[in-house]
Amino acid sequence: MKTYTNTGNKDTRSGFGAGLTELGRTNPNVVALCADLIGSLKMDQFIKENPERFFQIGIAEANMMGIAAGLTIGGKIPFTGTFANFSTGRVYDQIRQSIAYSDKNVKICASHAGLTLGEDGATHQILEDLGLMKMLPGMTVINTCDYNQTKAATIAIAEHYGPVYLRFGRPSVANFTPEDQTFEIGKALHLVDGTDVTIVATGHLVWEALEAAKALNEKGISAEVIDIHTIKPLDAKAIIDSVSKTKCIVTAEEHNHLGGLGESVARVLATHQPTPQEFVATNDTFGESGTPAQLMEKYGLNSASIVKACETVLKRK
Amino acid sequence: MANTQQLEDITTQVRRDILRMVHKVNSGHPGGSLGCAEFFVTLYNEIMDRKEGFDMNGIGEDLFFLSNGHISPVYYSVLARAGYFPVDELNTFRLINSRLQGHPTTHEGLPGIRIASGSLGQGMSVALGAAQAKKLNGCNHLIYSLHGDGELQEGQNWEAIMYASAKKVDNIISTIDLNGQQIDGATDTVLPMGSIKAKFEAFGWIVVEIEEGNNIDAILKGMAEAKSKTGNGKPVCVLLKTVMGNGVDFMMHTHAWHGKAPNDEQLAIGLTQNAETLGDY
Repeated sequence: MKTYTNTGNKDTRSGFGAGLTELGRTNPNVVALCADLIGSLKMDQFIKENPERFFQIGIAEANMMGIAAGLTIGGKIPFTGTFANFSTGRVYDQIRQSIAYSDKNVKICASHAGLTLGEDGATHQILEDLGLMKMLPGMTVINTCDYNQTKAATIAIAEHYGPVYLRFGRPSVANFTPEDQTFEIGKALHLVDGTDVTIVATGHLVWEALEAAKALNEKGISAEVIDIHTIKPLDAKAIIDSVSKTKCIVTAEEHNHLGGLGESVARVLATHQPTPQEFVATNDTFGESGTPAQLMEKYGLNSASIVKACETVLKRK
Repeated sequence: MANTQQLEDITTQVRRDILRMVHKVNSGHPGGSLGCAEFFVTLYNEIMDRKEGFDMNGIGEDLFFLSNGHISPVYYSVLARAGYFPVDELNTFRLINSRLQGHPTTHEGLPGIRIASGSLGQGMSVALGAAQAKKLNGCNHLIYSLHGDGELQEGQNWEAIMYASAKKVDNIISTIDLNGQQIDGATDTVLPMGSIKAKFEAFGWIVVEIEEGNNIDAILKGMAEAKSKTGNGKPVCVLLKTVMGNGVDFMMHTHAWHGKAPNDEQLAIGLTQNAETLGDY
């Protein structure tokens, strides 16, 4: 089976920072806004190089979303930066009316998503943001898996007209996708060919899915691994093509099973090709304090959980 | 340049439009619309420097943002009468498949509208963003916005008000419609806000008061003063004291007509008090 090499752990938020820095040099219409989290969002370099194109909003996320919407009127491409919790739930109505319904070209860039935010605990660990954002008509929803992909996605969304939710995280994780990749919104990445079971993963769970495929391979089970970085619009064809071969599927995400990637996949399959599915996701719960690794293990979001889910779904074929 | 009488004539026609629009669909918000008719007419026909036609980015012209979107009847009437879309389209207000939604939206592509509004408290942030885009673009034109007084109870306004002075956004004139009414009654009863003037001043804004907000000459004078105070490192606020329901005697000085349409008889009385000037749609 095809294997991937971790070129060294890096945080996805730094991929965002690097992508934003590049945009600052290449696209004069790109502007950035932040609600008092410059360091956490890795926006320092963009700000250093483009002070006139950066807006420090202060701790006022609702105002930030409205200002971003206004900046598009005049042709700017605003990138907002704050934690995922404050990028979505806190400002849902501002995004809904002033950005999504108003068709504004705002890029909502959200760090520290999910359990891997770690010790700060449940107040900051949003596990509902993908659901909130994918329900908004016209919103593109992306959850990247590593540093390189996050950087490429950041650059790509500037070229896409329309509101985008770009979700990434805090911890250092495996960096394994190509450094010079072109990011194609809505196009699933076929990482590993397999015949027995399909694993569709997003965000930090993609590397775990690759690890799971290796473990399954040692047990004689051939797993196909697909990276769904774009949850909306979903690459339905990639999913249907894969399960046509494997006849069963596991979805994996750092998110509540309600409203997440798994439900989007289930809808595609229910409509086109009913297929046994298991969900690796949190089970309608809040998070808690702990190290990222402890939390991912406790809430069943690691490679071991994916292996177990694959073994379960294989029996349901 | 329009003279006061011409602006009065447009206003009278706009009042007729408002009454007929809400009457036809038996819904909508006539009270606040009538209270701001003189302001809208003066703004669009005399105060703002506008280009012909409509493009979303609005570079090289003054822009207006309505935050309290429920007064869409006056907005739609004034936009149509200013040539943004056919006056006949006012006939479709709040009907299915119309570009004239209950609250203004860009979603249906109605010329003149740059942001959806209706969920209150969001318009000032948007206006500030547009003002900062103007500065980035080296465009010296101004941003105007309108907000209800009751709407100031939404906290996002105060984030925006704090931001505007901190960032020296001095190319914006935000007008507050001080009609003293909201859905559940007088603002002083529902949630007394104290001195709105003192609050804006404490937040570092220049405040201009227009005591007679339904008097076109007073609006012209006050807005000219407000405009003269832009470009001085501070945002400018206009406190526009209006009478809700102005121009239709039984709708005045009450919140009862905030979101209620007149019946056939009431419409007839309202139209009698406002004779046709430019021609009904």
